[in-house]
Amino acid sequence: MRFIFKTEYRQDVELAKHDGHRLWYSVLMLLLLAAPWLFTEYWLAQLTFVLIYSIAALGIMLLAGFTGLFSLGHAAFLGVGAYTQAVLTNSGVPFPIALAGAGALSAAVGWVVGLPALRVKGIYLGMATLSFGFIVEEVLARWESVTGGNAGIHIKKPDLFGWVLETEIQFYFLCLVITVFSTLGILNLLRAPTGRAFVAIRDSEISAQSMGIHLARYKTLSFAISAGLAGVAGALYVHKLQFISPDQFNILQSIDLLLMIVIGGLGSVHGAFLGAIFLITMPQLIALVKDYLPAVVGQAPGLQGLVYGLVLIAFVLFEPMGLYGRWLKVRTYFEMFPFYRKGMFKRQKSFQKSDRLK
Amino acid sequence: MTATLLSAKNLSVRFGGVLAVNNVSFDVKQGEVFTLIGPNGAGKTTVFNLISRIYTPTAGEIDYLGPKGLIKLTDQAPQDVAALGIARTFQNIELFEHASVLHNLLIGRHTHRQTGFWQDLFFTPSVREAELQSREKAEEVIDFLNLQHYRDTFVAGLPYGVRKVVEMARALCTEPKLLLLDEPSSGLNVEETDDMAFWIQDIQQELGISVLMVEHDMGLVSKVSDRVLAMNQGEVLAMGTPREVQSDAGVIEAYLGSVDDVSSLRRPTGTSPRATQGGAL
Repeated sequence: MRFIFKTEYRQDVELAKHDGHRLWYSVLMLLLLAAPWLFTEYWLAQLTFVLIYSIAALGIMLLAGFTGLFSLGHAAFLGVGAYTQAVLTNSGVPFPIALAGAGALSAAVGWVVGLPALRVKGIYLGMATLSFGFIVEEVLARWESVTGGNAGIHIKKPDLFGWVLETEIQFYFLCLVITVFSTLGILNLLRAPTGRAFVAIRDSEISAQSMGIHLARYKTLSFAISAGLAGVAGALYVHKLQFISPDQFNILQSIDLLLMIVIGGLGSVHGAFLGAIFLITMPQLIALVKDYLPAVVGQAPGLQGLVYGLVLIAFVLFEPMGLYGRWLKVRTYFEMFPFYRKGMFKRQKSFQKSDRLK
Repeated sequence: MTATLLSAKNLSVRFGGVLAVNNVSFDVKQGEVFTLIGPNGAGKTTVFNLISRIYTPTAGEIDYLGPKGLIKLTDQAPQDVAALGIARTFQNIELFEHASVLHNLLIGRHTHRQTGFWQDLFFTPSVREAELQSREKAEEVIDFLNLQHYRDTFVAGLPYGVRKVVEMARALCTEPKLLLLDEPSSGLNVEETDDMAFWIQDIQQELGISVLMVEHDMGLVSKVSDRVLAMNQGEVLAMGTPREVQSDAGVIEAYLGSVDDVSSLRRPTGTSPRATQGGAL
């Protein structure tokens, strides 16, 4: 068990709280840098997808996990980002400018969608964002002169001011850099007044307001950041796939995105990454196991959906804190061995107010 | 003690057919503890919500001596009230449950933030500096209210009595001039109530903060209050020192019923000796 001896307030402000953090995150970083030479091309591609989805997950985590606003139409922001990137890149705009454009346009759309969030909450906000998702999907399909309609759209290779990224490895490093910067940005926000204001809104709007937090401003800000990150993820997504069509940004994608952070663990930055890893590796694992199962089960259509559903139900029932919550428990078990108690993470149930619909 | 900090003039609020507050006027002077008492549904919390701008009065206005001179509080937006130096607690505790005590206190420092979104995003040295300053201030409040032991505990795991103190601490972190306490002693045991009385006196005398509170515990009220306003059915019954208000006929009537009520229950004279005892109420 690690006991941190705190002698300065500075220690609570730093991102790395102790040497263990420094060591393990350095190891992780080295591993990620060496990944192209450690993994086969196929698994490197999957890792690239994990990074891309992590960026989107960070955004949704900020919105749902830290501000308490749920969006059922997040694939729409992914779509706005992806199509903006495709259209700009194809008209010859260099990658960084196109990426900024995709993020900014998505953020602007997110800001507009955030406006109803000032009035509606919980399930009603879910419905509002859901219908927004349908509208965007429809626009992408119908606005053929720009988006190419249901036939989809191809995109050129990313071009960094004349230096064209041809290989998968180069693109992987591009995604890695953007993921690292997005993560640092979110972590910085969360340890600064802006992030605390988000958490305040999540836990009690009325007292957040009486503490001087401008609800409208921070809710729309949260929506804008979240949508902006989804837009950046969308821009990388389109480069990765090189071809997109509107049906990739439908409600199933939105649900996948939400599923990702719930399984990862709401309210933790780690959870965003664990959720992304889960979302990408699960279909691969199912595909691997398929061949060893009896044909009746293994070749049955809808196996993936079934497994997803079961996993989600299992998490909601047994581990509401998600993968990250499970990890915390495992770690505590070993740190405190043999003194871990079963009820250690049980929250005291208080019956002061009816559970709020979030 | 002389300057008026907050002055409510002829406040009325109507919710549909219910007149929750009817023509209430009072002044809170600088440095005093002013208490609102009254039976349930008297409109005390509504008055609080008027001051913190959660409700807008149907009639009347509230003047407040802010940092930039006298202003009309009723023109301010709810989120701007904290910056004017008015902090409040809630009757049913509205803390940020899934955050640590320290985190809650730091949210209380929100009105003093000096940095914007972009600075926060890159965590510039100015943000770091401001964070350390906020922390120092929060630690002062932690010392003041003896919360050292709970600093890193999540609010969701704290007992009720401690949460009450944490909520008061969070309000103090905004460095208010006027502190609104909505039933500070509800749900506390005798010992905790004594501590609360002690802290309210400290807040008034050491920090020089004026306190406006709603309270039912008359022991606490008479111990700490300079002046008391009794309300019933949205109207002012009496105002004065705790002793004056407690002996006011109207207040006794509101709490215990009038002498006439009792006399109507009395049997015809001379039949029962117990009836005369009842009359002494």
